[in-house]
Amino acid sequence: MTGTFVGMPAFPAAARDALADTQLRHNLAHATATIRGKRAAVVGEVEHWEALRLAGAAVKERALHGLEDHLVRLEESLVARGAQVHWARDAAEANALVADVARRHGADEVVKVKSMATQEIGLNEALAAEGIAAWETDLAEMIVQLGDDLPSHILVPAIHRNRAEIREIFLRRMADVGRPAPADLTDEPAVLAAAAREHLREKFLRAKVGVSGANFAVADTGTLVVVESEGNGRMCLTLPEVLVTVVGIEKVVPTWAELDPLLRLLPRSSTGERMNPYTSTWTGVTPDDGPQEVHVVLLDNGRTRALADEVGRQALRCIRCSACLNVCPVYERVGGHAYGSVYPGPIGAILNPLLHGIGEGTGDPQSRSQVESLPYASSLCGACFEVCPVRIDIPEVLVHLRSKVVDAHRGDRVPKPEALAMRAAAHTLADAKRLGRAERLAGRVGRLVGRRGTTPRLPGPGAGWTDARDLPTPARESFRGWWRRTGGRLDGGENDG
Amino acid sequence: MVTCINDALFPGTGASVVRLLRRLGVDAEFPEAQTCCGQPMVNTGYLDEAVPLVRNYVDAFETYDAVVTPSGSCAGSVRHQHGMVARRAGDPGLERAVTGTSARVHELSEFLVDVLGVTDVGAYFPHRVTYHPTCHSLRMLGVGDRPRQLLEAVRGLRLTELPNAEECCGFGGTFAVKNSDTSVAMGADKARHVRSTGAEVLVAGDSSCLMHIGGLLSRQRSGVRVMHLADVLAATEDAP
Ligand code: SF4
Repeated sequence: MTGTFVGMPAFPAAARDALADTQLRHNLAHATATIRGKRAAVVGEVEHWEALRLAGAAVKERALHGLEDHLVRLEESLVARGAQVHWARDAAEANALVADVARRHGADEVVKVKSMATQEIGLNEALAAEGIAAWETDLAEMIVQLGDDLPSHILVPAIHRNRAEIREIFLRRMADVGRPAPADLTDEPAVLAAAAREHLREKFLRAKVGVSGANFAVADTGTLVVVESEGNGRMCLTLPEVLVTVVGIEKVVPTWAELDPLLRLLPRSSTGERMNPYTSTWTGVTPDDGPQEVHVVLLDNGRTRALADEVGRQALRCIRCSACLNVCPVYERVGGHAYGSVYPGPIGAILNPLLHGIGEGTGDPQSRSQVESLPYASSLCGACFEVCPVRIDIPEVLVHLRSKVVDAHRGDRVPKPEALAMRAAAHTLADAKRLGRAERLAGRVGRLVGRRGTTPRLPGPGAGWTDARDLPTPARESFRGWWRRTGGRLDGGENDG
Repeated sequence: MVTCINDALFPGTGASVVRLLRRLGVDAEFPEAQTCCGQPMVNTGYLDEAVPLVRNYVDAFETYDAVVTPSGSCAGSVRHQHGMVARRAGDPGLERAVTGTSARVHELSEFLVDVLGVTDVGAYFPHRVTYHPTCHSLRMLGVGDRPRQLLEAVRGLRLTELPNAEECCGFGGTFAVKNSDTSVAMGADKARHVRSTGAEVLVAGDSSCLMHIGGLLSRQRSGVRVMHLADVLAATEDAP
């Protein structure tokens, strides 16, 4: 696997490969079940969880409403406290800004605290192209990086790996990029963590430039907030001389007080903890304390496009807790890579198409079909909506985005077979007489082909059903036919279904 | 409302609903103009195509006090999706009509428990049964434990707990075909859980989910039958 999501196949094909990997399925089922259980337990402790969800959703809604004003306010506050603010329309602009800062300080390496935004824009690859190494310091993120792998979960990027695999990666790769793993490394969690700590300490103490993301940005005070469990973030935020924070523009909240429901919702929803171990907040530059040069890159990269979508914009409320991933039965089976993005699972299935735009002529045909496959990567079971701490109605957005995919293809010169089938079905189903005729025909065909009440394997798209499942044959007499014949009299003319 | 899948593939379930409702003193009718709620189109993104179906739906059921359907999914579609389709069609008249029907549509267990106020419908079904609460009944409608209350009151019926009951079976309409590998993987786990209960019959309130799980159970020659809640509730000692 390479270090980039670009050029990934569409979801069904990627899912098929993932499903064939039994180790992966085992790792995922075990890990998601564990986190699900923890989350359910701590959420159950909160008496007014539903009210808290509503409060969280309202805060983010307010933040998105009038986003421009809040961002301008954020910039003012940051600048007043000595930070330098940059605006990046897309990935290329953001990457160039970060590379520029590193270059000006003569840095050939940076330490990073887990940031989805920088992964979204492919910062590590862009820096590597400039001869700058970017070291991930979040434990799971480091495992992914050392394994030449891609993250597959928002919170636990290496969720698809088990302890034995991690031990093997450490032994094989740590020496190439810094302090080697001890020769007697076991796969005990504590031993693995100790090896990671030793390996990372060297990098923390050497790095001049740190790069971070942020969970929230408070407009009023110009404060950035990072919530984490390991403390490595705190090292990245305080040890280097220079700090660059890349933050999506949707992370802004207007006031400090509004963090309250969000900081209560996040840890319980994500790690299943009552409170996360480390919450770091910093505001501009503090003389003689921490980084003396602070940059903030405000990243758009498709967010204003998502904001313009009336139904889809609720996805920008997301606080990246990953609860929706952990309850999603599709994610549990296929893992994160199949979504072709740093945002996997239910939120990825809506966020990626919203950021990229459907039918806007962006990208090559393959990435277009990849993006268009994502809204269909769900059975619409609704478990994601049920757990989302900021009440994003993911199923609603999925259906909405599906309609955008369909609409984007309405002008195609050669319609897809699916579109023809849907149109034909809708035509038949829109009129009871036509439907009755079709059912009588199906009943006759069913009688001819059906043995023991099931249809034989079908060719074409129907094979998707019958390869693994039996299909009942159409009834000899439909309900409609029976009602018409008997007037719904249950004596005698009973339907034989 | 008899769903299109019941109409064409499982007509016996439609008849069970009629028999059950009449036994409970309800004057049940099947307006022949009805067809399909349009959910297959809406859920696949074909909203324009669904407009005539929604129109046909509101016309067919305009004059009834209550619309009862043996499907949490179709009831959910009427309540939550018809409005969206009507708005998109830009037809305020249709929107008003949709609001009217949405308020009168009931999934079977909701109708029995909430409207008729019965949980013991006088059924007799002497079998070991396990129950799968379908996603749309559970989350879109919130029918809660109404189906269980009804099943627990059935004489002779022994209800066994289904592990991971609340997890989706993987049907998901066109998802079952568009992402068939994932759908089958989900369904296979569901079928495994069903078999682990030792039940003779798997019961649910949606024929489409039963068709999917049943299709896997049948391919596996498991011997477990699948039945709609309506068929179980309609069974009596005289008409098993
Ligand atoms: S969509 Fe909701 S549940 Fe999913 S990661 Fe975002 S906030 Fe969490």
